[in-house]
Amino acid sequence: MALTLYRQALNRALDEELANDEKVVIIGEEVAEYNGAYKVTEGLWNKWGDKRVVDTPISEAGFIGMGIGASMLGVRPVMELMFFSFAYVALDQMINNAACVRYMSGGLINCPIVIRGPANGGTNVGATHSHTTENIFANVPGLKVVAPSTALDAYGLMKSAIRDNDPVYVMENTLLYGDPLAASDLPDNEITVPIGTAEVKREGSDVSLIAHGRCVIVALEAAKELEDKHGIKAEVVDLRSIRPLDEETILKSVAKTNRAVLVDESKPFCGISSQIATMIQEKAFDDLDAPIKRVTSIDAPAIYSPPVEKEQIPNVSRVVDMVQSLG
Amino acid sequence: MMLDKVDSYQFKEHSANADLSNEDKIELLRKMVRIRRFEEASLKYYNAGKMGGFLHLYIGQESIAVGTASLCGQNDHLITAYRDHGHALAVGMTMNECMAELFGKKTGCSKGKGGSMHFFAPDKNYWGGHGIVAGQTPLGLGLAYGLKYNGDKGAALCFMGDGAVNQGSYHESLNLAQLFELPVIYIIENNGYSMGTSQKRSSAFNNCLAQRADAYGIAWDVAKGNDIYEVRAKTKEAIDRAHNESQPTILEFDTYRYQGHSVADANSKKYRSPEEIDHYKENYDPISVWKKCLFSEGIIDEDSYKQMDTEAKKEAKDSVTFAEESPFPEISDITEDVYYEVDEGTESGKRGKHFFHN
Repeated sequence: MALTLYRQALNRALDEELANDEKVVIIGEEVAEYNGAYKVTEGLWNKWGDKRVVDTPISEAGFIGMGIGASMLGVRPVMELMFFSFAYVALDQMINNAACVRYMSGGLINCPIVIRGPANGGTNVGATHSHTTENIFANVPGLKVVAPSTALDAYGLMKSAIRDNDPVYVMENTLLYGDPLAASDLPDNEITVPIGTAEVKREGSDVSLIAHGRCVIVALEAAKELEDKHGIKAEVVDLRSIRPLDEETILKSVAKTNRAVLVDESKPFCGISSQIATMIQEKAFDDLDAPIKRVTSIDAPAIYSPPVEKEQIPNVSRVVDMVQSLG
Repeated sequence: MMLDKVDSYQFKEHSANADLSNEDKIELLRKMVRIRRFEEASLKYYNAGKMGGFLHLYIGQESIAVGTASLCGQNDHLITAYRDHGHALAVGMTMNECMAELFGKKTGCSKGKGGSMHFFAPDKNYWGGHGIVAGQTPLGLGLAYGLKYNGDKGAALCFMGDGAVNQGSYHESLNLAQLFELPVIYIIENNGYSMGTSQKRSSAFNNCLAQRADAYGIAWDVAKGNDIYEVRAKTKEAIDRAHNESQPTILEFDTYRYQGHSVADANSKKYRSPEEIDHYKENYDPISVWKKCLFSEGIIDEDSYKQMDTEAKKEAKDSVTFAEESPFPEISDITEDVYYEVDEGTESGKRGKHFFHN
């Protein structure tokens, strides 16, 4: 059976949810007639027409805020940010309004909105287009943040996100859209992946590699190399959902392996791995046989230079080296 | 001051007003008086240290919220900025729930979680109460988008101050409003000052702020904000445009606030003269103007006005008692009303850790 690419899986999820609920509308820059800057929405405008798949001008604060306002009236917008880096021009809407309006109204309002798009570096587009924004948004109570690493999770999490009644920000990855390593065998029937559940992507007994998004693929490659070349059995835990967070699966893995290396494309200061490290330290201190270590991006704005950027973000050799350094 | 003295009531016979009954006209006055007495009471107890944060008072501008809200039907929605008490009472929220919110009490309209700047009543089509200048302007656009998407014939009235017109999100909203032909009405309540900076020191414009609409091809109008007849007439035209043509409008109403930007505005009498404030109060006060109008039309007399005023003062005083006697939220309430799915106890809300303080 042919594997489904990450991009195609997202497309299928969007298509199915457009069919399932007439309140679902896709809105964003180039999502309709252009078929999506990264082709995630390819064919949807042709199939569903102007009402359900809507092109916007380059105007993130305006159209993201518009989607949030519409969601208060029961519309279920799925908004594309061409890059999640562009969220920074819409932050007032995404944080002050989407995340806080429920609270400030004492629970009278909810915003069933999805904001999705790629949030990654590694594509040689310089610092402004390479932000990993998940830690910014996961810091905000009222928001949910997911970061799928495979086509199956992208499909299932996107469907859950659209059906969820809170704002869910879906962090995708341009490098995964067409990556055969992230492709999956999707079932013919509709399924969902629940938000708030991690998954062990590879079993192991010696060390837990804890990651989300594309770093899961990196961790899986590293685990293969660790086993093949060094006889180290690494377990790979895929967070999938960052907020809410499945702490149980993480703690269970650490209890089993007694070692944790966190692989996280975030910048190190208050990145996702900072939160995970704190949690393990607080709740599994006695399980640890070694300090928790992190492989994050090297702490500078994303460099352009293509071969050097590969070294700035977590890669297989950096993960292998870090695991070996645990002794 | 751009206002002319109101003496002609030239919009009395306008279609927006021709069918107003005497009772309707009295009700408009009652609403304005209630807003003023409510805010005077809130000022007193703010100064007595009973409230936290800011208190942005609407006193002097009541005719705009009351006049516009009085035209709203089942599918017309309102959203505003932080000077939101007047609109709240105008759409029918009670003094009790509003005063209790100011006191930070659990019985407040937002359970003590929003405060002065964040009053909401979605059941009355009132969507707040927003603290960031112009942050509500894309949301108002979204309400209009929702109306159009859902096939409802309605309008979204998005109120804002004159200080909001220079924010980017407002201009983005204007572009989208016309591009998508959305039934949104941006209502600029121009009280002359964005906090302590006068209009001429903050905005570049030709003739008036609303005229910037020309750049987007949006219909616009400017009017006196202290004459309810005129407010209703201009608003009705905009609502008709929204309902019948699904087109946006920018309306600018000239008005004036008597208090500072907020009560904490220590310079409120430095960036403008006390004479300027007194001049407005004496000549243009919206309650006085409307009262005089109803006197001249023989609809009310001094005695019935006094009775109305006494009732409003008592209602405000009672709301203070209600607020004072109400409980504060519990510590355990802090993490409620954050996530819908958690509050509702759904399967989605039970999966994974949502809160990280422990």
